[in-house]
Amino acid sequence: MKGGYGMDNWLEGKTAIVIGERDGVQGPSIATCLEAAGANVVYAVTECFV
Amino acid sequence: MDAENQAQVKKIAEGVEREDGSNNVIVVLGASDIEGALISAETVTVGDPSFTGPLAGVSLRLPVYHILEPEIKQAVPQDVYEENAGIWELTVDTEKIGEEFKAIRKKNSREGD
Repeated sequence: MKGGYGMDNWLEGKTAIVIGERDGVQGPSIATCLEAAGANVVYAVTECFV
Repeated sequence: MDAENQAQVKKIAEGVEREDGSNNVIVVLGASDIEGALISAETVTVGDPSFTGPLAGVSLRLPVYHILEPEIKQAVPQDVYEENAGIWELTVDTEKIGEEFKAIRKKNSREGD
């Protein structure tokens, strides 16, 4: 089921670029969320600032 | 945002636009530090503020979102969202992130047109 919070699923069909962060929400986690909402994730990365 | 990621964002955004003329591309960020997230948001809308990366002086005007803002949360299935991002909702002010990113989109991205 998509759009679990019950609103219009505006992410469906969007092409998404994901820039996650190691000390935040990481790229693969964001990608999983967006793909579950129907978006097409074309690039997902986790940045690391040390 | 590092130079390699700037280059990828530029390539994808320009490639999709050239291919089908659509502006269907969005960028979603995950930084927990709001200041850092806002700098990345600026980079993909009006260009690299440090003028060092491939997006220096390049205004892609991409709609940019943060994974923790309510607009994204409401579109993602609840169980998936809670498993992948839910813990971070406890550590940041998601309403504030939402307001900040909404303002950026209105001011700098194609969505604000």
